[in-house]
Amino acid sequence: MNQKKYFYYPGCSLKGTGKSYEKSLLAVFKYLEMDIPELPDWNCCGATTYMSIDELASFKMAVRNLSIAEKEERDIIAPCSACYMVLNKTIHFIKEYPDIREKICEAVKKANLKEVYEGKVKVRHPLDVLINDVGIEKIKSKVKRTLGGIRVFSYYGCLLTRPFTEFDNPRYPVNLDRIVEATGAETVESALKTKCCGGSLSGTIEEVGFRLSYLILREAKRKGAHLIVTVCPLCQFNLEVYQDRMEKMFKDKLSIPVIYFTQLLGVAFGIDEKELGFNHHIIYPEILYQKAAV
Amino acid sequence: MEKFKRTIKYESELNRDFTKEVINSPGGEGILECIQCGTCSGTCPLSIYMDYPPRRIIAMVREGFKDEVLSSKTIWLCASCYSCQVECPQNIKITYIMYALKRMAIKEGKYPKKFPIPILAKTFYDIVSRNGRQSEAKLVMNLWLKTSLLKIIQNASLGLKLLSKGRLSFKEEKIKDKSTLKKLLKEV
Repeated sequence: MNQKKYFYYPGCSLKGTGKSYEKSLLAVFKYLEMDIPELPDWNCCGATTYMSIDELASFKMAVRNLSIAEKEERDIIAPCSACYMVLNKTIHFIKEYPDIREKICEAVKKANLKEVYEGKVKVRHPLDVLINDVGIEKIKSKVKRTLGGIRVFSYYGCLLTRPFTEFDNPRYPVNLDRIVEATGAETVESALKTKCCGGSLSGTIEEVGFRLSYLILREAKRKGAHLIVTVCPLCQFNLEVYQDRMEKMFKDKLSIPVIYFTQLLGVAFGIDEKELGFNHHIIYPEILYQKAAV
Repeated sequence: MEKFKRTIKYESELNRDFTKEVINSPGGEGILECIQCGTCSGTCPLSIYMDYPPRRIIAMVREGFKDEVLSSKTIWLCASCYSCQVECPQNIKITYIMYALKRMAIKEGKYPKKFPIPILAKTFYDIVSRNGRQSEAKLVMNLWLKTSLLKIIQNASLGLKLLSKGRLSFKEEKIKDKSTLKKLLKEV
């Protein structure tokens, strides 16, 4: 199984506001005995904003990362949904538009980057790697503490499932639910699980961004979820950090923990709490340690 | 005497070159296939805030309403969640088109001034182009300095909370090989 080689591409968020995502991701992969070294001297993917100024420059930024990975023929694991989308979008555009490819090739040559991206390596989300390379049976066999009795709202957000995902259905994704269920926890069904959280709008036009996040939080509450599990650092930030502000704005009691799926897995695997980075969270997911049987 | 203002455009005031430019941008090819079904506006989580919802933007681009489209808030409110693009029955790359419009608006200086979203995009672009990496604290501080000083005060307690949780750093992140990146961005 483990012949595939990977590079871990943290992107800017996993080194900053999404630290607990990095900690828990690395802990989970270590526990599964998978080697994921960090992509050497990686640069920012450009996120969803860079391409609104200069699209070709955004592709070039992504190509630098892709060619570093290609030199060692390792697939890139991109845990942030924006990184995942941008890197895949770049691959898509190189394939679809010969004139864009030509321009990028020329720039790469002039900058003395050793290789142009030839499509030898893929950009993968850790969820994809866990489901398709590790396999759900192996994950189940590694669970030490079953999380029975915990109701989870598995929130996919937008860019993991749209528009470049091949490993799941953009309208009705299931793979995050499968991971959650492998831990013994229960998932709640909702049409809002792929609805946008507002992305960077929470930082620019609060009343707009907060409303989108609030709809998701209220849905989780309404469905009786104990916690929300996310796959994206920006979703996690929007849904957790601004909760007190949203409570005031919408006059509604929320206080629902929002954690990464790798943290949930880590708890089920019996990985030490400190390694999973819960200390970086504002709303501590007590329920995980109250209900989970050892 | 009451002044009346014309609310329609004459054919001669429309800009067909603009339409062509959008069609020629990557992803813009499909724009003439639009059947105006409104699925994009229906699925867009932000259309309730937009001056012109996505369906109308597409129609306006096709007819050549250049100034209205490029100075609209719509193109900046698009959070690029790709719902419209995935749902479009005509397979039109609506999100790509929104990006093409954003770039034209920036290039022509037609974006709504004092609207924080295009300013965030520019601030983001500048930091990443310079350092190869984003520094989250620097990004928001620069944004607020340019848009609203009040926000710095309003968000001080949030900043402290994040600092105490180890989620915020004022260090400027940089890549080692800045010279290759600079060359790469400069060429072509």
